Amino acid sequence: MKKEGMFKKALSMALAAAMTVSLAACGSAPAAQGGSGASAGAIKIGASGPLTGPAAVYGNAVKAAAEMAVEEINAKGGLQFALDFEDDTHDAEKAVTAYGVLKDWGMQVSLATVTSAPGAAVAPMYKDDHIFAITPSGSSLAIIYADPDNAANPYGNVFQMCFTDPNQGVASADYLKVHTELGTKIAVIYKNDDNYSSGIFAKFKSQADANGLEIVYEGTFDDSNASDFTVQLKKAQDAGADLLFLPIYYDPASLILTQANQMGYAPTVFGVDGMDGILTLEGFDTSLAEGVYLLTPFSADATDDLTKNFTANYQAKMSDIPNQFAADAYDCVYAIAQACEAAGVTADMSASEICDKLVGQFSSMTFNGLTGQNVTWSGSGEVSKSPKAVVIKNGVYVGVEG
Amino acid sequence: MGAEKKKIKLPVFLTKPRYRSRVASFSIILAGWLILEIMMHTGNLSSLFTSLLVPVCCYIVAAIGLNLNVGISGELNLGQACFMSVGAFTAVCLSGSMAGSVSSPLLRLILAMVAGAVAAAFFGLIIGIPVLKLEGDYLAIVTLAFGQIIKSLITNMYLGFDAAGFHFSFVDNKVELQPGGKMLLNGPMGATGTERISTFSAGVVLILISLIVVFHLMYSRSGRAIMAARDNRIAAESVGIEIFRTKMLAFIVSSCLAGAAGALYGLNYSTLVPAKFDFNTSILLLVYVVLGGLGNMTGTIIATVVLVLLPELLRSMQDYRMLIYAIVLILIMLLTNNETIRTWTMRITRKLRRQTNG
Repeated sequence: MKKEGMFKKALSMALAAAMTVSLAACGSAPAAQGGSGASAGAIKIGASGPLTGPAAVYGNAVKAAAEMAVEEINAKGGLQFALDFEDDTHDAEKAVTAYGVLKDWGMQVSLATVTSAPGAAVAPMYKDDHIFAITPSGSSLAIIYADPDNAANPYGNVFQMCFTDPNQGVASADYLKVHTELGTKIAVIYKNDDNYSSGIFAKFKSQADANGLEIVYEGTFDDSNASDFTVQLKKAQDAGADLLFLPIYYDPASLILTQANQMGYAPTVFGVDGMDGILTLEGFDTSLAEGVYLLTPFSADATDDLTKNFTANYQAKMSDIPNQFAADAYDCVYAIAQACEAAGVTADMSASEICDKLVGQFSSMTFNGLTGQNVTWSGSGEVSKSPKAVVIKNGVYVGVEG
Repeated sequence: MGAEKKKIKLPVFLTKPRYRSRVASFSIILAGWLILEIMMHTGNLSSLFTSLLVPVCCYIVAAIGLNLNVGISGELNLGQACFMSVGAFTAVCLSGSMAGSVSSPLLRLILAMVAGAVAAAFFGLIIGIPVLKLEGDYLAIVTLAFGQIIKSLITNMYLGFDAAGFHFSFVDNKVELQPGGKMLLNGPMGATGTERISTFSAGVVLILISLIVVFHLMYSRSGRAIMAARDNRIAAESVGIEIFRTKMLAFIVSSCLAGAAGALYGLNYSTLVPAKFDFNTSILLLVYVVLGGLGNMTGTIIATVVLVLLPELLRSMQDYRMLIYAIVLILIMLLTNNETIRTWTMRITRKLRRQTNG
C-alpha cells in the first residue's frame, strides 16, 4: 500500500513537472514574437493593464487595439514601433512592478495604464523619470494631477485620451441645456458607493445649477440594493420627471429600463459612456433601450471609413465588437505616431528627449481619430474633444446631429 | 585534526538551537540588505527589483506577524490584511496631514509607522475580544468577517484636511474643502496623491525589529504560555495559564506588526485603494506562512521573497504566468511534505550539526 502511494505521488509530480516544461515551451513562443517586434530602429512603447482578473476585459481590449495600430503603422513603413504590454491585474502595486519591467526593457514612450488607480500610482514615476505617457482610458484626475482634489500641479508629461469623469457630467448638463426637447424636468438615479457614478453626478449637478436646469428628483442606490429600483422610479414619476439621467454602468441601467417599462413610466433616458454595452448585454430585451440617448466618444456602428475598418479588423482579431477602450487605445498609438513624425523623433533618442518633444507636440497639435475630430490637449494633459450624442434606434446607435 | 576542532569553542548562539534560528533569520536579512544596497549603489539592480524591495519587506513583516498568530499561537487568522489596511490608511492620513508641519520625510515616516502600528494594535484588541472566545473554524470565519467589515468601513469613509482642520463624513461624501485642501480618504477611491516616503532601509529595520519582538516573545515566559495554550488548552488552564490573555497578547502583537507593515506599504505608493486589502491578500499572507513553515520565521522570510518574486520572474511566460505560478505552488507543497525528501534533508542537517559541534 505504502509503495503504491509513493508511486502515485511520484507519478503525479512527474506529470506536473512535464506540464510545467511543456507550458513553458508554449509560453516562450509569444514572448519570442514580442521580442522580434522590438527590432532595432523601433520606438519602444510600453503599456500596462489588467490582462487577468476581474477588469481583464478592458486590458485585453486595449492590448488588442494597440497591437493593431502598431502593426498597421509598421506596415506602412516610415517610423517603426514596438509594443510591450505588461499585466498589472488592476492593482497599483503590480502596476509599479510592471513599470519596472517596462523600464528595464527600455521603454521610450508609454500608454501608461488602462485603469485609474494603477495609473495614479505610476504617474509620478513617469514624471520622475521624464518619460512621455498618454493613457487611453484612465479617467481619474489623479493620473494627470499631483493634487487631484484641486486639479492643480499637473505632472505635465502624462496625458489622457479619454474624458475625465467630471467632464462627462459637465458635457451632459451642457447638452441638456441646448436640447430642451429631450425633457426639462430631470430625475437622476446614481450609484453613491461608486466613484465613477458619484463623480459624474456631482459635476452634473453643479453645472446643471449653473445652466438653470431643473432637477426634480435625486435617487441613489448602492451595491446592496442594485436590483430593485421601483421606489426610485415611483418617486421620479411622482415628481413629474420627463427626463431620466443615469450616470451609471449598463448593468443596473438595464434593470431600471425594464422596471420603468413594467410600471408604464416612459421618460427620455439619458446616459453617459458607462451605458455603452447595453445592447450586447445578455438576456436584456434591447427593444427597451429604444430611444435611449447616451454621450460617448465612440460608437462601433458609425459609418465613417475609419470606424468601419477598425471595427472589421478588430472583429477579425478578437471576434468581438470593439468598445470605447479599444478605440481610445487605437487613437493613442496613432496620436503618438503623428506627434513623433511631426517632431522628428527617431528610435535612437533617449526617453527624456522624446518626452520633451512629444509634450510640445501634444499641447499644440490637433488629432483626428476614432473617438473624435479636432482633438486637442491642454498643457496639463486633459483632452478636449466633443462627445458624440447617440440615440438607440432599431437596436443600433444612430448619431444625433448638433 | 579532530582534537584541534574540539578546542575551538563555538559561541553560544551557534550551538544552542534556541539561538540558531534567530542567527539564521538575522543573517539572511542583513546579508540581503548588504548585497542589495551594494547593487543599488553600483547601479546593477534592475528597475523591476528596485520596485519590489519595499513591498517585499512589508509582506515579510505582515507574514512574520501572522506566523506568530497561526504558528505559535495556533489560531487560524484569515483577516491579517485588514490590520495592514488599518495601519496603511492611518499612516497615509497622518503623513498627508503632517506634510505642511513636519518637513523631514524620515521623521514623518517613523511617526506614521508608529501611528499605523498603534491603530492596528487597537483594532486587534477590539476584534480580539470576541474572536478569541472562539476556537478553530469559528475563529477563522469570524476573523474573515472582521476583515470584510473593516474593508467596507474604509470604503465608505471620507476624510478631508484643509486650513480649518479635519472634515469627516460617512457613506455620503459631504466633505467640502477650502481651496488648497486635500482629501485624505476618498471612499472607494481610497487615498490619492500620497507622498512616497517609504525606503528600503526603513523596511529592513522594520523586519529586524519585528524579528527581535517575535523571538523575544517566543522564548519568554509568555511565549511558553502561548505555546502551551496552543498544544493543550485544558492542561494549560489546569496549571494556571490564562488562555484568553496569552492568546490576546499574540493576537495584538501580530496585528501591530501588520499595521506597521501596512503603514510602510501605504507610504510607498502615491495611491492606495481599500479593495487592495481584501480576503485575497489575507490568504496570500497565509500561503507565505504555511509554505515557510508554521512557527518558522526564517522559512517565512524565504517563502515570502520567493513567492513575491516568482510571478514577476515568470512574466516572460506571458499568458501562462499564473498557471505556472499555481503549479509551482503545488509542487513546493508536495515536495516539502514528501517523506523521502524530508528524511534526506534532516540527515544532511544532522550531519552538518554534528560537524560544527565537533
